[in-house]
Amino acid sequence: MKKNRIFNAVVILGASVVVFVILAALQYIGVIDEYNGQLLTLSGIYIVVALSLNLITGFTGQLALGQAGFMSVGAYTTAIAIMKFHVPMLLAILIGGLVAAVFGIIIGFPTLRLRGDYLAIATLGFGEIIRVLMINLGSLTGGAAGLKGIPAFSETENFVLDAVIKFSWVYVFAVITIVIISNLINSSPGRAIISIREDEIAANSMGINIAYYKIFSFTLSAFLAGVGGGLYGIYMGYLNPTMFGFMPSMNIVVIVVLGGLGSITGTVVASVAFTYIQEWLRVFKDLRLVIFGLALILVMIFWPKGLLGNKELSISGFLRKLFKRENNPERTVSQQNGSREGK
Amino acid sequence: MFKRLLALLVVVVMSVSLLAGCGGGGNTNTPTNTTGAAESTGATGDTITIGTIQPISGAISAYGTQSRDAIQMAVDEINQKGGVLGKKLKVVVEDDENTPEKTVNAFKKLVTQDKVIGIIGALTSKCSLAITKEAQQRKVIMISPSSTNDTVTDAGDYIFKACYNDSFQGPSVAKFAIETLKAKTAAVMFDNTNDYSVGLKDSFKKKFMELGGTKVVEESYATGDKDFNAQLTKLKASNPDVLFISDYYPTVSLMAKQIRNVGMDKVVLLGGDGWDEITNNAGDEVVGSYYSNHYAPYSDDKEVKDFVSKYQTKFNVVPNALAALAYDSTYILADAIQKAGSTDPEKIKAAMLETNKKFVTGSIKFDPNTRVPIKAITMVKIEKDSSGKLIAAFGGTINPQ
Repeated sequence: MKKNRIFNAVVILGASVVVFVILAALQYIGVIDEYNGQLLTLSGIYIVVALSLNLITGFTGQLALGQAGFMSVGAYTTAIAIMKFHVPMLLAILIGGLVAAVFGIIIGFPTLRLRGDYLAIATLGFGEIIRVLMINLGSLTGGAAGLKGIPAFSETENFVLDAVIKFSWVYVFAVITIVIISNLINSSPGRAIISIREDEIAANSMGINIAYYKIFSFTLSAFLAGVGGGLYGIYMGYLNPTMFGFMPSMNIVVIVVLGGLGSITGTVVASVAFTYIQEWLRVFKDLRLVIFGLALILVMIFWPKGLLGNKELSISGFLRKLFKRENNPERTVSQQNGSREGK
Repeated sequence: MFKRLLALLVVVVMSVSLLAGCGGGGNTNTPTNTTGAAESTGATGDTITIGTIQPISGAISAYGTQSRDAIQMAVDEINQKGGVLGKKLKVVVEDDENTPEKTVNAFKKLVTQDKVIGIIGALTSKCSLAITKEAQQRKVIMISPSSTNDTVTDAGDYIFKACYNDSFQGPSVAKFAIETLKAKTAAVMFDNTNDYSVGLKDSFKKKFMELGGTKVVEESYATGDKDFNAQLTKLKASNPDVLFISDYYPTVSLMAKQIRNVGMDKVVLLGGDGWDEITNNAGDEVVGSYYSNHYAPYSDDKEVKDFVSKYQTKFNVVPNALAALAYDSTYILADAIQKAGSTDPEKIKAAMLETNKKFVTGSIKFDPNTRVPIKAITMVKIEKDSSGKLIAAFGGTINPQ
């Protein structure tokens, strides 16, 4: 068991480094141009945010529609921390995540008793409250006009290098998020969380503290969404409350459902696909969004459980099969970096 | 239950995006000249490529598609007259869906793949603000046709705009109210969740009091509100001479009816350029109102008449102000490239500053410090023509102070 874990860790680290080096090098030598590199970076941000929602919706089974609200809290906190208090960027992103997590606890408590559509409406309301709050805290957030001049990840004049630096920041956070979620799901609290999704009453009667695990999942999800928001703010260099309204929240839900509820690999694939396909369709000019909408509908018709259902792609599992290692004990839900190469 | 609910939600979102797409797709006059691949760079070969970022889909696609058509029309005209620097001008159109995120994507595509030397856009201030910093860093000439927010051009000397600032518009309407309409008291309705609305209201109020107005009462609401009776009843009690509605036309059309219903029959309604298109959306209750705009399509001015008739023949609709601004922006940029004699952005930038010519939306000269045009503001008067249709008639001009 322990041997397996070390093997997994080495494979994960190795795979993420290899993928990173390949993608960064391709960007640096210009095979992936700045436009595509930018989309790759944006996909990475969506991976962080969509995974955070998948934790609540896919693994805990709670329908939440206000993820952009947490993102907004994280984005504004990070931006304000950097601009007004000159906090180092990494710390600012974490602060953004923590403040979002506080909101996660605040919203988690009263909504604990809500289920299904009631929770959905409560979180939807939360997203709107945050949006209105950001508009009305004019002196701090720039109000409806938005917050301008957020420092970028780097101020280099070399645009190619700049793109690579942006990508590196986001990539690291995306990998960390994937590792956090996959390790959580395979841990005892993670199993408890999944049991809540499967049957709340049964889980309760088995002695699982539902309230605790729901708040835990809400808080972690809010934290990750806040971190994603922080990255988004720095990446965009400009924040406006409308960037975190109802539609952005729904876009994240679409990514999660498209990838498959409860599939980390699926979310990663769908985040990349969601970002890229919308841009590729630019060749269709006016029909772009029509085709995109149709594509989504077709996916839902032919893969009603999302692209990957709740399956996972696992490099370590794959390698084990390749080297015919014995005792592959569980259906591994451990590693999914492989899908990043799918670009 | 849960799964079914989710599926339903996803379907709703998809339908919305479908509809949003249709907003842009409905226009049959799609420019044909824009699908070129990215093979030509901005200045080499026999074409010069410029880009434009417009909201072709989404809530304000009506503005975006008209602007796009106007730009294409200008480019076709320029090419008919021999192009720019002896080369053909080509415009690549990208959609921003009126979101800053998509604007950044479109900007990156235009700059790195299409290698454009100049960009006309974006249309709304929030989208423009998302790309100004990078346009400046990359030395791409950017001219926003219609982002009236004052801070859009702050990012640097490569950023221009073809419209006036909000801070000029509000005072001009105030001046018009005091000097032409002889108003003494004013009431203001504004959307406190919208930066455009708040900024316009503030500047109007300040100038109105400065010029000798005795009282300004204000009431606010939020984006999407449909019932304004409570606020309007309060305003009625102060019996104002004019009522300034600082918002876009859909809200104004709704509100105008309620204003007359609460019994404010005589009050003159005033507005800003967000009222553009109101003549197609409101009823008789707005007849006799004035709003400031970038141009009045029914003016007798030669440039305006030419532009409107050409546009109408081609697209069968009276162009709105944003279309006129987009048309002007194209000419300003093309003229500057011609004058610069090269596609070097530094030279074009210098040539832009020397712009001094009469365009559709008035004589344009850039303020060298802000790169915002110094031009007269047009007041539009809403009138009824013989067939009972509302038209945007010329109501006067206010010169820059």
